[in-house]
Amino acid sequence: MVHVSATPVLALRGVSKRFGAVQALTDVELEVHAGEVVALVGDNGAGKSTLVKTIAGVHPIDEGVIEWEGKAVQVNKPNDAQNLGIATVYQDLALCDNIDVVGNLFLGREIRRRGVLDEVEMERRSRELLDTLSIRIPSVRIPIASLSGGQRQVVAIARSMLGEPKLVILDEPTAALGVEQTAQVLDLVERLRERGHAVILISHNMADVKAVADKVAVLRLGRNNGVFEVRSTSQEEIISAITGATDNAVTRRAARTNGEIKK
Amino acid sequence: MSIDKTSTPPEGQTVENPEAAAGAATAVDPRLLVREQGFAGYITEFKRKIKAGDLGSLPVVIGLVIIWIIFQSLNSNFLTAGNLSDISVAMVGTGMIAIGIVFVLLLGEIDLSVGSVSGVAGATFAVLNITNGMNEVLALVLAVLTGTAAGAIHGFVFARIGVPAFAVTLAGLLFWQGFMLQILGDNGTINLNDGIVTKLTSYYFSDVAAAYGLAVVAVAAYFLTGFLGNRRREAAGIPSRPLSDLVLRTVLLAVVSFAVAIVYNQYKGLPLAVVLFLAVLVLTDFVLRRTAYGRKVFALGGSVEASRRAGINVELVRISVFAIAGTFAAIGGLFVASKIAAANQGAGTGEFLMNVIAAAVIGGTSLFGGRGRTWNALLGVLVIVSIQYGLALEGIAAPVQYMITGGVLLATVIIDAVTRKTQKTAGRA
Repeated sequence: MVHVSATPVLALRGVSKRFGAVQALTDVELEVHAGEVVALVGDNGAGKSTLVKTIAGVHPIDEGVIEWEGKAVQVNKPNDAQNLGIATVYQDLALCDNIDVVGNLFLGREIRRRGVLDEVEMERRSRELLDTLSIRIPSVRIPIASLSGGQRQVVAIARSMLGEPKLVILDEPTAALGVEQTAQVLDLVERLRERGHAVILISHNMADVKAVADKVAVLRLGRNNGVFEVRSTSQEEIISAITGATDNAVTRRAARTNGEIKK
Repeated sequence: MSIDKTSTPPEGQTVENPEAAAGAATAVDPRLLVREQGFAGYITEFKRKIKAGDLGSLPVVIGLVIIWIIFQSLNSNFLTAGNLSDISVAMVGTGMIAIGIVFVLLLGEIDLSVGSVSGVAGATFAVLNITNGMNEVLALVLAVLTGTAAGAIHGFVFARIGVPAFAVTLAGLLFWQGFMLQILGDNGTINLNDGIVTKLTSYYFSDVAAAYGLAVVAVAAYFLTGFLGNRRREAAGIPSRPLSDLVLRTVLLAVVSFAVAIVYNQYKGLPLAVVLFLAVLVLTDFVLRRTAYGRKVFALGGSVEASRRAGINVELVRISVFAIAGTFAAIGGLFVASKIAAANQGAGTGEFLMNVIAAAVIGGTSLFGGRGRTWNALLGVLVIVSIQYGLALEGIAAPVQYMITGGVLLATVIIDAVTRKTQKTAGRA
């Protein structure tokens, strides 16, 4: 099994976030260790995206503490998060269709030699990176437009790996993918773990979560609703935590048909 | 899955990825089309590109050949050294401005003000140098900087305030035209003295060695850059173009350059204007394809959001691109003024703007952004000016010229839209 560090790479302690009258997050706790995949699950509006954005520096937190490798840190801007070693891959991958794979991987951080783009070095490093992640794409010199959805997703993830981040956040990486492509992305997530990265995986898909995650952190209405070890937890338990075991569509329906609640 | 089904090699020549074979561990997806080693592979790759709608400059080169054949059959004076040399000098003014337009089109934007700005540059130079007796070089630099400033203002209003480029530059078109008329004053036309600016289009390197020498240098430089690049790629262990491919391209370039050199030497020699135009083309092509700045321009043409997240200063790049367009408009304006040895009220007005934009688009720069090269400006402007000169030789009046140029432009944008569609279905756009 992969070595899991004692001090978490990232720890959230009592994090809260408000948007106007909406309390999006309330006292949320979360720990991620190196070499660990934590799945962040929850229903729509549970606060998953908000939580990720607070970590990525898009929304500064209102209350609570973000700890990075045991030390409290301020994450107020996306740059702060990047400098700490947090890489985020959002759902819309933000790749340029007209530029080739190498160009996209190095977009905004091109390698230069005497002021000129060093295409040779960039291509060599791209191949190296894609090889270590066992990513197969037809050629690193074709435009992104030629790639399938799954291939684009792995390119976007590979791009986040260029800065050697300690923590990688993947926002619904398999949402729009087919069976085979999903498997490719999940393979890649496992490889990230093997290489000692901490991974936060947002997903709606329980099968994916069961397949790659070590822990599942459930959010419900902006609050923690349990952290589960994936191996020792059944899918039903996780789902009941997501929906709220005692109050969900199923129980409400049962109650309604008994005539106790009028709509 | 979006790997293009239609272009799956029909003859079953699906090829193993050489690197993957070396790596051996992972099986290669059989649907992946990987280029064969050697020259044969290059041909299959080329065929596939054509099928996928990646036509590049092929349509415009074919179009140019057809245009030349038609005019030559109508009038045997068309393909004479004198006429070809005149065409190539006349095209430089329009071509310089079209280079700036290529930059703007790469962003997926448009600049309608370049015609007026070019007129302002010519007028500024004339007023400063002739009317006020300012030093010629200083006047020339100030005229060019006027263009840069005008472009930067357009860029600022577009990028910072968020007004669509179309509207900003339309306002610019009117404003700068008025500005030009204002500074030209009552006489309307200022004739230029014999000096640097008039020399721009009237100076020829009459020594035969100049044209041949330039051809030799160009061919040698092309081959050496390609060869050294390949060597570096091989040393780094990444695939390189086959040597036969490089040799073929070099031979092609050599044939064209020496043919052009022979033509020039039959007339007055190598025109200075053409040398400057080629130098600017090489420089701008280098900036766009080999520097981080050029990469940013292409990235903005592909996806603004992706560029912003990659840390690109979107506003700055946009402003700078419009400033570049303004600068080249001014440079082009000086060439236009040089050609007629005067700054007059008609400079940069009428169909001139449309010719400039048409040149960039006909050359193969996409109106949708993110696709194109500055060399496209050369091809496009050759087509436009060839049509103008061909029709003038035939004594055909301006109305017909406009209609024909309009038709060519329409054909080009249709090709652009259609290839883009094909490229989408082929997954290459």
